[in-house]
Amino acid sequence: MGFLSAEEKGLVNGLWGKVNVDEVGGEALGRLLVVYPWTQRFFQSFGDLSSADAIMSNSKVKAHGKKVLNSFSDGLKNIDDLKGAFAKLSELHCDKLHVDPENFRLLGNVLVCVLAHHFGHDFNPQVQAAFQKVVAGVANALAHKYH
Amino acid sequence: MVLSAADKSNVKACWGKIGSHAGEYGAEALERTFCSFPTTKTYFPHFDLSHGSAQVKAHGQKVADALTQAVAHGQKVADALTQAVAHMDDLPTAMSALSDLHAYKLRVDPVNFKFLSHCLLVTLACHHPAEFTPAVHASLDKFFSAVSTVLTSKYR
Repeated sequence: MGFLSAEEKGLVNGLWGKVNVDEVGGEALGRLLVVYPWTQRFFQSFGDLSSADAIMSNSKVKAHGKKVLNSFSDGLKNIDDLKGAFAKLSELHCDKLHVDPENFRLLGNVLVCVLAHHFGHDFNPQVQAAFQKVVAGVANALAHKYH
Repeated sequence: MVLSAADKSNVKACWGKIGSHAGEYGAEALERTFCSFPTTKTYFPHFDLSHGSAQVKAHGQKVADALTQAVAHGQKVADALTQAVAHMDDLPTAMSALSDLHAYKLRVDPVNFKFLSHCLLVTLACHHPAEFTPAVHASLDKFFSAVSTVLTSKYR
């Protein structure tokens, strides 16, 4: 068995196929900045982040969220080699962006909340468990090249 | 980390909407926690939630009993949270007995409060999408974090 069982892959891909990646990206990044305001430290140049409404409607937040989640989505296509898939991005986040990997874990959990919010009962415990594995895997892959 | 007036108001309003479903959501949050974070099951050996056991007695009384216990425990957790919501201005006093229980008897490792809190958020997001706005999400996360801090405050 690889990283996910065949059944878990089915659950993840089944749900992910219905996700509007661009929109969910903006929503997830926005909520990260609202729920964990210290994460705003990476986005000083993004303009108005003064309130939940300002953050959620901020065009730079939406654009960046879209970028991040499209990258996550690409990673899902290589679910059995996340470390390989995210090697370059890991180096970038360490050497250039200086992002504490704890932030990847926070974003992963916010993404899970957003999926729950969108899919309601379809996001059942088994689907959630599969996604928790995925977000943990991606967070670890992004942290892998840190030094 | 301090709960602002807005946080308290958000939590009260959201919890009010939940009403009599609190127990059901408590049980669901526990189920999600056991599913996503299997190490949490180690605190409930008496519930016998192990996958093997479930398979062996596929539709048996044992599984039904374990689930009944989990549901009852979910209700207990939900009731404690309802109490906490009613006493947000002084959580340490309101939850003192539970603090003692967790510190001296249960001794649940602090990491597990984060897992359950996260699954409570997920459960609420699933059932109350209209209420689960970014601002309410933030307030709830702070509230669960505050409760967790109180419950682990006497650990050492």
